[in-house]
Amino acid sequence: MDDSKLDLLQGTLDLMVLQTLVTMGPLHGYGIARRIEQVSGNEVLLNQGTIYASLVRLQQRRWIAAEWGISDNNRKAKFYSITKRGRKQLTQDAAYWQRLSCVMNRVLAMPSQEGKS
Amino acid sequence: MSGWLRQSLQRCGSFLRRELLDQDLDAEMGAHLESAVAENLKHGMSPYEARRQALIQFGGTQHAKENHRDARGIPTLELIFQDLRFALRMLRKNPGFSAIAILTLALGIGANTALFSIVNGVLLNPLPYPQPDRLVAIYGHTQEFKTSSISYPNFLDWQRDNNSFTALAAFRGEDFNLTGMGDAERLTGNMVSATFFSILGVKPSVGRTFTESEDQVGGAPVALISEGLWKRKFSGSPDVVTKSITLNGTLYSIVGVIPGSFHYQQGNFQTKSDLYVPIGQWNEPLFRDRRAAMGTNAVGRLKPGVTLVQATSDMDRAAAHLSEVYPDADKDSGITLMALKENLVGDIRPFLLVLLAAVGFVLLIACANVANLLLARSTGRNREFAIRTALGASPGRVVRQLLTESIVLALAGGALGALLAMWGTQYAIKMLPEALPRAEEIHFDGRVFLFTLVASLLAGVVFGLAPAYKSARSEIRESLKEGGRGGSAARHRTQSVFVAVEMALALVLLVGAGLMIRTLTKLWSVDPGFDAHNVVTFNIASAQPMGATPPATRVALQQLHDAISAVPGVQNVSLTMGSSLMNGDSELPFWLEGEAKPAAQSDMKTALFYIEQPEYLNVMKIPLKRGRFVTATDNENSPAVMVIDERFAKRYFGDKDPIGTHVNLSILNMTVEIVGIVGHVKQWGLDSDDTATIQAQCYLPVPQIPDAFVPLFNRSVNVVVRTSAAPLGAMDSIRHAVQQVNSQIVVSGTATLSSVISDSLAAKRFVMVLLGIFAALALLLSSIGIYGVISYVVGQRTQEIGIRMALGAERSNVLRMVLGQAGKMVILGVVIGILAALAFTRLMASMLFGVSPWDPVTLLGVVVVLSLVSLLACYIPARRATRVDPMIALRYE
Repeated sequence: MDDSKLDLLQGTLDLMVLQTLVTMGPLHGYGIARRIEQVSGNEVLLNQGTIYASLVRLQQRRWIAAEWGISDNNRKAKFYSITKRGRKQLTQDAAYWQRLSCVMNRVLAMPSQEGKS
Repeated sequence: MSGWLRQSLQRCGSFLRRELLDQDLDAEMGAHLESAVAENLKHGMSPYEARRQALIQFGGTQHAKENHRDARGIPTLELIFQDLRFALRMLRKNPGFSAIAILTLALGIGANTALFSIVNGVLLNPLPYPQPDRLVAIYGHTQEFKTSSISYPNFLDWQRDNNSFTALAAFRGEDFNLTGMGDAERLTGNMVSATFFSILGVKPSVGRTFTESEDQVGGAPVALISEGLWKRKFSGSPDVVTKSITLNGTLYSIVGVIPGSFHYQQGNFQTKSDLYVPIGQWNEPLFRDRRAAMGTNAVGRLKPGVTLVQATSDMDRAAAHLSEVYPDADKDSGITLMALKENLVGDIRPFLLVLLAAVGFVLLIACANVANLLLARSTGRNREFAIRTALGASPGRVVRQLLTESIVLALAGGALGALLAMWGTQYAIKMLPEALPRAEEIHFDGRVFLFTLVASLLAGVVFGLAPAYKSARSEIRESLKEGGRGGSAARHRTQSVFVAVEMALALVLLVGAGLMIRTLTKLWSVDPGFDAHNVVTFNIASAQPMGATPPATRVALQQLHDAISAVPGVQNVSLTMGSSLMNGDSELPFWLEGEAKPAAQSDMKTALFYIEQPEYLNVMKIPLKRGRFVTATDNENSPAVMVIDERFAKRYFGDKDPIGTHVNLSILNMTVEIVGIVGHVKQWGLDSDDTATIQAQCYLPVPQIPDAFVPLFNRSVNVVVRTSAAPLGAMDSIRHAVQQVNSQIVVSGTATLSSVISDSLAAKRFVMVLLGIFAALALLLSSIGIYGVISYVVGQRTQEIGIRMALGAERSNVLRMVLGQAGKMVILGVVIGILAALAFTRLMASMLFGVSPWDPVTLLGVVVVLSLVSLLACYIPARRATRVDPMIALRYE
């Protein structure tokens, strides 16, 4: 695999799944995985299999719900959709991430102070 | 919080439904892959490439499943179940190995459980009364005795003067003749204060206990009976409280029934009591004499907030006051307070702790044995571990798997051991009931089971860790390359160390057992000063006084003597009062002719006294040293005489001749002339007599006891009889002869004098027997251990031995080589063992008699036995080694 791909930070996958479901509506596991790959422009290192651990975690927290249905290619597949609680959680987490990334950007943009001490 | 709870519940649910969920996941992943393949095909890939790319993108399916399970269920528990299933499969596959390991552990854990149940019941559990730590045993304190009986007048003053106790109660053992309800019988009973049962928090199952007004001279005669007597004589009828019972010829109203669960032990309290009467009603003059104690002890309940130390200083103050007011009786005497439980179990504690240490050693040996078995077996499994590691199992995972196996073994052993222990403890307690206080409180309660569980788990970890660690660390490539025969040298070393440690532990136990055996042998060879062979002792008692007046009593006692003498097979007879050999001491204060009468009793000399008939010396075969013993002519009309023992003569007369000297006896208020000197008898027991504070002994003739004291023995006296054959055989004829004289008389408390001596050694024998069993177990286990290791080594070296023999080695060379290897382990074990024994046997010093904790004879004997047994255990596999056929051994590979 490509070494330049990003490793996912702990917890980020859950957030990506929630966001995907909000924008796309109900999706099956493969659909979610593909969507994340596409949106990231193939920048993240995602073993598609790992999405299932994330899905079961989100289900246990009742942030998403699951239902068996029929996929585009006429296969039985499990479709996931975001719940009300999931939306609330997403709002919180998204705000948090945005704040964190702002802070990170500012810190990393700090001008060098070498030679002043 | 509730979110956490819900998720935990969901995880548990998922854990229980894991197979269904796995199917679900499979279906879902299948759909995922098909979608991916379909998309890839659309992009123009070949079907093969489409599938390959889909799988690559997906990542490891197994890995994804594991992650999924971890996220949804309880990962640790699933692993444990998996390990357990595997462990059980492994144990089933090797039934021989499993059986030996489980049995070894069952012996070790069982012995520990049994002993712990004893320690738990005796030392750990609180006494079975409400707030038992507030209960205090109360004794007198004299120059001679730290815990002595107390005089009743003193007790009454303590009761009044103290500020520390909510209540005090006095008690003394006293037997009664029951008549008017079938055959006359002798009932074991106690005189107790009215406060006795309320202090102990005992409620009568029927009726009430005594009132204060009943606990006084002149109070109405009332009695409490045991549940046993109630069922036996009153068929358990509740109207028993309207009934009466005739004791010693007096009618007593029954006021209540004491429940069968009540059990009390302390000092002179008679444990198997059928009867209680108020102590305060007893108007015997000697009991009311402040100078005499009459076997009375006391118990008290501390007021809330008062400590034992505070109570002690309070009672010291009360005692000091009494010695000022009554210097003749109470000068130099004080009060001893002890926590009741300490009083009960303090003496047995060191014995039990030594045994607990010993039995711990047995378990360690068992663990070492099983560890060795596991090590030997793990060599055969080396490949298995190597493959597992190669497939990605971490060393920790392998250790966990192996530890699970050993813990399963240990738990199985523990379960079997608990069964063995339940049976063994019952047997042990039955075997030696007298040796152990609180024996009736020994049960298998939750704490014992917890102990067994913890001991099993610990054992599992202890013996499982070393082999597991070794296996996990073994070099993968080496193991795979060598075809599973690698790394065995390091294992020999570990196994040898284990065996040496087993040998050392076994040696310590053998030395302990050896020392106890030597102690008892020494004690048995101690000359007690009398000949117990063919002597029986018993009590004769009647409900009515044997004589209406003191002279009539003297005649009646002589008639009883003559009647017993006439029984065929009876050689000599003596009625006996005062001290009873190894079974109860009575002392008399006195001063010698020519001395001024000391003002206080504590300034007088003291001797043990025995009141006997002329044949006593022949019954006991005590040697006469000088002068004469009491004779038939020493009666109430002749001058009063006394016979003393050698220690009396030496202590108070030195080189002077005591014969002809007069002695003034306090309390009895009489002056007697010394007419003879006899040998000393070991009144205080075979081991402690030489260190006892009162060793001087004197003998008085029965008829010369002053009239005022005759009532003390006109209802009940003890008898000693020497017979020509086994003494118990004559008892029926003796009972018959006695009842011919006085039909009311009941014979009770029959015991041979030999059994009296052997009972005095019961505690030591208890330790000896148990240590002996543990040592034998240790010897057996360590022999099996060394046998196992040598067999294993011989098995591993078959090829090498074959080559050696092919190159011309003699069988004797091979034998020497194998035995030499065993010898090294034995020598190492013996050296460590001797050092450990020297350190440990010091703890036993207080139990030993006539033998030092570092007794060289015991040590040498044990080393010889241990070496011989272990070399014998090695000889079998060593001989097998000499039978190796070089051709077969070489072809074997």
